[in-house]
Amino acid sequence: MSNSAYSVVTTGVWGRRMAGVVVIGYALITLAPLLWIFMTGFKTPSDAISYPPKVFFEPSLEGYVNLFTTRTRQTPEYMASLSPPETWYEELVRSREMVIAGPSKFSERFLNSVIIGFGSTFLSVFLGTLAAYGFSRFKVPLADDLLFFILSTRMMPPIAVAIPIFLMYRRLGLSDTHLGMILLYTAVNISLAVWLLKGFVDEIPREYEEAAMIDGYSRFQAFFKVVLPQMSTGIAATAIFCLIFAWNEYAFALLLTSGTAQTAPPFIPTIIGEGGLDWPAVAAGATLFLLPVLVFTILLRRHLLRGITFGAVRK
Amino acid sequence: MSDSPMDRLAARAAGATPDPVARRVRGLSDRAIAWIFITPTILLLLFINIFPLLWTIFLSFTNYRANRIARGWEFIGLRNYQRVLTDEDIWYTLQVTAHFLCWTMVLQILIGFGLAWLINRQFRSHSLFTTLILLPMMLSPAVVGNFWTFLYQPQIGLFNYVVSFFTGVDPSSFQMIGDVQLAPWAIIIVDTWMWSPYVMLICLAGLRSIPDYLYEAAEVDRASPWRQFWHITVPMVLPFLMLAVLFRAIENFKMFDLVVELTSGGPGSVTELASINLKREAFEKWRTGYSSAFALILFVTIFGAANIYVKALNAVKNR
Repeated sequence: MSNSAYSVVTTGVWGRRMAGVVVIGYALITLAPLLWIFMTGFKTPSDAISYPPKVFFEPSLEGYVNLFTTRTRQTPEYMASLSPPETWYEELVRSREMVIAGPSKFSERFLNSVIIGFGSTFLSVFLGTLAAYGFSRFKVPLADDLLFFILSTRMMPPIAVAIPIFLMYRRLGLSDTHLGMILLYTAVNISLAVWLLKGFVDEIPREYEEAAMIDGYSRFQAFFKVVLPQMSTGIAATAIFCLIFAWNEYAFALLLTSGTAQTAPPFIPTIIGEGGLDWPAVAAGATLFLLPVLVFTILLRRHLLRGITFGAVRK
Repeated sequence: MSDSPMDRLAARAAGATPDPVARRVRGLSDRAIAWIFITPTILLLLFINIFPLLWTIFLSFTNYRANRIARGWEFIGLRNYQRVLTDEDIWYTLQVTAHFLCWTMVLQILIGFGLAWLINRQFRSHSLFTTLILLPMMLSPAVVGNFWTFLYQPQIGLFNYVVSFFTGVDPSSFQMIGDVQLAPWAIIIVDTWMWSPYVMLICLAGLRSIPDYLYEAAEVDRASPWRQFWHITVPMVLPFLMLAVLFRAIENFKMFDLVVELTSGGPGSVTELASINLKREAFEKWRTGYSSAFALILFVTIFGAANIYVKALNAVKNR
């Protein structure tokens, strides 16, 4: 302690090493369930439910095949009467005494997630950018109240919002439609978009636009040619946050969609095989569904803090 | 409006330039542009947030049932509110929510702050591991929650196996989800796994905002590391930590997706959080009026508590 080089700010070598060991240990524990999802996707159903849990196993694509197909069990006589399988996945299914009856609904649901996710992201970022610029640059009467009101829409439990929306959509014919879900997710995301983007606009000095306007640009031209390019990183980060929210959302999708517009989150847990949940297929679906978000999170890591606090904390 | 730097600049530009150019600089008035930019957002919120909210308020005074439109409805005044507040199931559900909320907050504060404090020592490759730790919180709670039911399986689940590996307890002797005693902890564990990184990330920002000279001054004054921790680190991080708790508490009070997929409120109703109960009332029993009243009570509770909390947060920040 009497060592004058000692400082809390730069911890000693041993303190640092201990910290490293603990944090790395925690990281490994926290990643284990995710790794397990990934591994289960490549197990056969019997490997997936073996005891003790298998860490080493022979990888199989059965989970993925089951995820994308529906199958029916057939009698041995019928199986023998079939012509030899044409593809590897037919062969795999037939080795289980089943034939492929058709494609499953997974790709449809996945596509719904993509359409609704991107549609609502585009809309909320578009509206959010305009509103953020408006709030940041002009004196809007009651601006603080409006901004707080926009934020407070996030405090409603989703189920509470779903009750009137359910009735309203039923009357307007928007239940179980892509448009209905896009509008709903946009309304939920707009609070995040406005708050985040306002932070990004606030960081661009007003002098840039003012200089452009003295040079003869109109307010609109200044906005499009000077402010928007400066905001591009912020807009991209905001878009990813909106996309991840829409992608992950479950409560509204569960209550307001059932068929044509159902997204993947309410669908994946319902993937049933013979005798209960088909865990490798569920894990395969989860892997495909979670992977894009993992990639986006890593891309986003510098803006993560800002996004999850509605722009309240910036680094 | 006339004293904003914008207007002064525009006025100066107008004075220095010929008339047609000056008009082009002004274009649409600022006020018009502001409204053009903001109105679409306000309209969308009116359509999807305000109008439904008003409708909920209206429904809460009726005995409307959404599955029987033909039957009609009538005003029953405050009776829904009276029923909600005297319903024992509702109080039980709020107790379950409070238990979940308290324990997830305590565990996430401890783990989140602890991790941030360790990461702040900047060991080798700390930023890589920070990113890895953050991954769970961005994932779909429903999909992840559903998969945790697999990890919690008594015979084959990884969780039970790991517990038995370290404690020697027979892995098939306990059921995290099926047991009345353990199920509330099963949802707390998954929520903590998922959201401790959130608290960590915000605390880390707090720790990094502490200027080095505070510690250097404390060192000169020969303050012990213990005193430095309690008199510099904790007070400086507190506003950040409180903000993290605010966001987490709001989210966990509304918690639905993760727990529905994990336990769907069971066994019995020991994990039936307020949102899950609300879903039952509104979309299974179809007591639309009653559940509207409950929804509004929940909203007002969150809104009121958050407002009081933000006042406390500002007091801490401005200390």
